[in-house]
Amino acid sequence: MSQGDLLHVVTEDDISDARRRFGHGIVWASAALLAVVAIAQYMQMSGARDFGFQTWRPTLYAYILWAVCLCWSKVLIHGEHGKRTLFVLPAALFVVSLTVFPLLFGIVIAFSNWNLASPLGRQFNGLDNVRQMWADPFYWNALRNMVWYTLAILVEYVIAFGLALLLNAEIKARKFFRVAFLLPLMLSPVAVSWMVGKSMLEIRFGPIAKLARWLGWENPSFFGSPEVARFTIMVLDAWTFIPFMMIMILAGLQAIPKDLTEAARVDGAGPWKAFWEIVFPLMLPVSVTAILIRIIFKLKLADIVINLTAGGPGGATDTVTSFIFREYRDRSNVGYGTLLAMVYLVIIILFMTILMKLAERFAAPRT
Amino acid sequence: MTSQARHDDETGTPLVLRLGGKAGIYLLLILWAVICLFPIYWTITTSFKTAPNVMKGALIPWLDYQPAWLGWRSLGLSPETIGASSTVRDEFMKRFMNSTVVSITSSALAVMLGSLAAYGLSRFSYRFGFMKNADISFFFLSQLILPPVVLALPFLVLYKELALLDTQIGLILLYTLMVLPIVIWIMRDQFSSIPTELEEAALVDGLSIWGAFFRVILPIALPGMVASFILSLVLTWNEYFFAALLTSTHANTLPVMVASQTGSQGISWWSMAALSFAAILPLIVIGVVLERYLIKGMTAGAVK
Repeated sequence: MSQGDLLHVVTEDDISDARRRFGHGIVWASAALLAVVAIAQYMQMSGARDFGFQTWRPTLYAYILWAVCLCWSKVLIHGEHGKRTLFVLPAALFVVSLTVFPLLFGIVIAFSNWNLASPLGRQFNGLDNVRQMWADPFYWNALRNMVWYTLAILVEYVIAFGLALLLNAEIKARKFFRVAFLLPLMLSPVAVSWMVGKSMLEIRFGPIAKLARWLGWENPSFFGSPEVARFTIMVLDAWTFIPFMMIMILAGLQAIPKDLTEAARVDGAGPWKAFWEIVFPLMLPVSVTAILIRIIFKLKLADIVINLTAGGPGGATDTVTSFIFREYRDRSNVGYGTLLAMVYLVIIILFMTILMKLAERFAAPRT
Repeated sequence: MTSQARHDDETGTPLVLRLGGKAGIYLLLILWAVICLFPIYWTITTSFKTAPNVMKGALIPWLDYQPAWLGWRSLGLSPETIGASSTVRDEFMKRFMNSTVVSITSSALAVMLGSLAAYGLSRFSYRFGFMKNADISFFFLSQLILPPVVLALPFLVLYKELALLDTQIGLILLYTLMVLPIVIWIMRDQFSSIPTELEEAALVDGLSIWGAFFRVILPIALPGMVASFILSLVLTWNEYFFAALLTSTHANTLPVMVASQTGSQGISWWSMAALSFAAILPLIVIGVVLERYLIKGMTAGAVK
């Protein structure tokens, strides 16, 4: 990022001392109020004294008040400069309070035994959850499945690239095809898993099962064996998300200057050669972006699995998210589930960092 | 196509092959269009079937089977039941309204917060502690890789303490958080394509920074805002995971209602189909009508 503002503004700020003091004053006053309310609530929770609070809402309101005062004080103290801060500050406060705080809280939960259904409440249990995770074959199985699901993206990419090439060809009714190809992305995964996964794949009357029988598959069952079930989930998820990659690749294809492909043709390169030597290398940056974003979405895959197979048969289709979802639904064990999610987050961060570093090197323009 | 270009095409490949190639392209296009559209067709037609028709796997209405209003009657939305009061329809409308309110509010909130942040980051240099602009941008965008499951259980506990479980506000906050990185991604791309001379002129004319932003920049950046709004709408309307965890009776959204339709005597496919279709219809309409903006949103930042 370059130094200094892109937008140069000359401002004259004459901020009186009183105004500055008032600005500092409201921040500290609201912070003090927040602290008092939070301490009072904490005392009530730990049973020291009863203030008659029903929920933690008062602390929430005090926090919101503090956030508003902080934003306002920026303008009071820094004048014109503060108004610039005001562009970013609300979003930053929003994200920090909704992710950083729950994440810190989540780390505390992750090392405790906390069954929401039991009256005992939260109990710190050290590394017990880690040990349990280490010995939990289903969690490792879910992680292994995620590797398979992620690898499936390569096939999705090839199909998406093919479709983008088709759409980029000289065709009629391009708009119709583009809209039609885009529609699966708009459909709710839940509706897809019911109407496609359960209805169209239904063994007796589902049209796809009928087609499979007609094609010679004696006894089509799409969720019977582990491999087939995993494949079915992959196909369903691919069906919803291929449009996304296709649109990005199509945008990349359309950005390629026509002269380049023309020149290749004049030089006598066949379409195959022109594709591999000109189009594909030019498409690398877009492809890498599309695949990276697709991986991010793939790692969140859960809706279809939860609704369609609930992880079965035997955990073959489980994703980490659906596994933790059931872990909570069946045993309402918040502590263990949170630990699993935290470990997953660490794995994702490591994986994505390495991947982005690799992508940077790979997609860098070669001279 | 000019004759020159056609001549070049024909040097390598015979005409027959080229015609075959053209037909092949259309064949593949039509095949994939069928793959994309058939499930929607199946959903619509199934919602007009009766039990025997479903069991037969009938495909074409009036030819294979006689359409009936069974599925829509079970939602209270068929011609006979639309006038009368119906508890099922009230239930459906409640879920529909929940989905509408939650997705529109959170998308609007995300577009508002996200546009402001993206504008600030594209125009001024900041220092929040050790974080400079690039770090702040990365901080916002890195939220995208945060899987929902990491936040889900802490939020469940927090919302329970804050009495936000099963409320629309709780869902709105989370959904806003979920789509905010995407909005910032799109809007950053949008703002960086607007020359700073525009604001400079406005500032010379005596507008304040915020005045210049609202009067000069926002109207130009509107397409980007619409694009990010539509994309957010799609994501929040279809969101299932948080809604399933954090709502139970009051704030259920449509996906949760669809997912919980298993009756005791099997699945009544006709009503399932009607419900699914009602749930996906708004987005199909948006997809067809506002396809341009969707594509703009999805390709933001992809092509330099």
